[in-house]
Amino acid sequence: MAAAKRHRTMITNESRPDLPAFVRLQFEPVRGAWALLSPEKVMWPDDVSHDILKRCNGKMTVAEIISSLAVEYDAPEAIIGDDVCGFLQTWADRRLVIA
Amino acid sequence: MTAPGPPIGMLAELTHRCPLQCPYCSNPAKLLKANAELKTADWVRVFNEAADLGILQVHLSGGEPTLRGDLEEVVSALSSRGVYSNLITAGVNMKPERITALKNAGLDHVQLSVQGATPEITEKIGNMKGAHENKLATARAVRAAKLPLTLNAPIHRHNIHQVEDFIELALDLDADRLEIANVQYYGWALINRTQLMPAWDDVMQQVDIVEEARERLRGVLLIDFVTPDYYAEFPKPCMGGWAQDAFMITPDGSAMPCHAAHTIPHLTFDNVKDKSLADIWDSSPAFDAYRGTDWMQEPCRSCERRDADFGGCRCQALAIAGDAAATDPACSLSPLHDTMLKIAGQTQSAGEMVDDFTFRRIGVQQADRIAD
Repeated sequence: MAAAKRHRTMITNESRPDLPAFVRLQFEPVRGAWALLSPEKVMWPDDVSHDILKRCNGKMTVAEIISSLAVEYDAPEAIIGDDVCGFLQTWADRRLVIA
Repeated sequence: MTAPGPPIGMLAELTHRCPLQCPYCSNPAKLLKANAELKTADWVRVFNEAADLGILQVHLSGGEPTLRGDLEEVVSALSSRGVYSNLITAGVNMKPERITALKNAGLDHVQLSVQGATPEITEKIGNMKGAHENKLATARAVRAAKLPLTLNAPIHRHNIHQVEDFIELALDLDADRLEIANVQYYGWALINRTQLMPAWDDVMQQVDIVEEARERLRGVLLIDFVTPDYYAEFPKPCMGGWAQDAFMITPDGSAMPCHAAHTIPHLTFDNVKDKSLADIWDSSPAFDAYRGTDWMQEPCRSCERRDADFGGCRCQALAIAGDAAATDPACSLSPLHDTMLKIAGQTQSAGEMVDDFTFRRIGVQQADRIAD
């Protein structure tokens, strides 16, 4: 069995999530909506997903992303933290987010 | 029935020319020659119209799209408009420098077909010596250029025993995605159905292998699984619904809702040389023919799944039921579902590893049959 050259990305509070070079988050003017373009698939992130994805810049840690969202949404970090980590892990498993 | 909103994706078949002769090719049995192909300026105009229309992804296919010397130019036209470009290639005729040039032109993704996991099967199916090594070299060059890579393995009875090997190959080549795509039986594949249809036990074993691998390789390799129609309970939502969010352009500029739509004889197709993409998307009679649900017969019309699978594939309905508006016989609710299962059973026993394929070739409509 060939050794996999890749490993599953596990999201922690210290991870610095980023979008891979081949995944693009761009505004689509005809529909007036944000689109996420990836190999063979187009997704339409809702407002909350978009707010998380636009912070995936390879610089902010997950903890910093959660703090920033807590301020913007006026919600306790303890409440949104698990949701944000779960979201990022799901997207990492689809290879749409790297860290 | 008017257009449901802007289309998301478009498949552009830039040419029918191809160095391979796969007996399940999705191109029509009557292939176009190079002198019928759209010119560079036509494609550039069409791709700008596509961006204006709201199309976000264009799949550059064929035939073999890299046989077009102007591929870099059309890729540039897409990237300059922010349209995601996906090159669908057999990867047997490309030098690493070409891949670098395409990357520099703005190419976003490469989908490489693999006919077999071993040289023997790859050469037998594509009818080309040395094809396998060339494909591996292309895959490595794609990754070296830091382009994302999908391997597409069309599955049939001659390679269904290699599904595990395809997964290993994808890992070895550092692919991002693997498509285990069971052959769809229309066009060339329908001509070769007896030779290609897999056995029931092999299909079931394949499902187990894919499910286990998906779990084991979570976050490492994405595996898309196109299940075999003839053994399904419900049909696939072909193209996400007829002219719902995607369509295709043939090498000579015909706009079709799917790449087999030409098999439905009463449809007439608009051409991008005569009409804008916006006009075609909004009002082409062929696009309107099976859009939405108004055209449906029973059991589709009153079915709760009608908006989930849109009655399945129109071309398969025509091929098996003789009526493109019938329920896709892949559906267990179709009165012809048993007929379809019988075809599967009969072709399996009749096709016991028969490999006298009718190979896909230009200018060979009544293709000569070649025995190995």
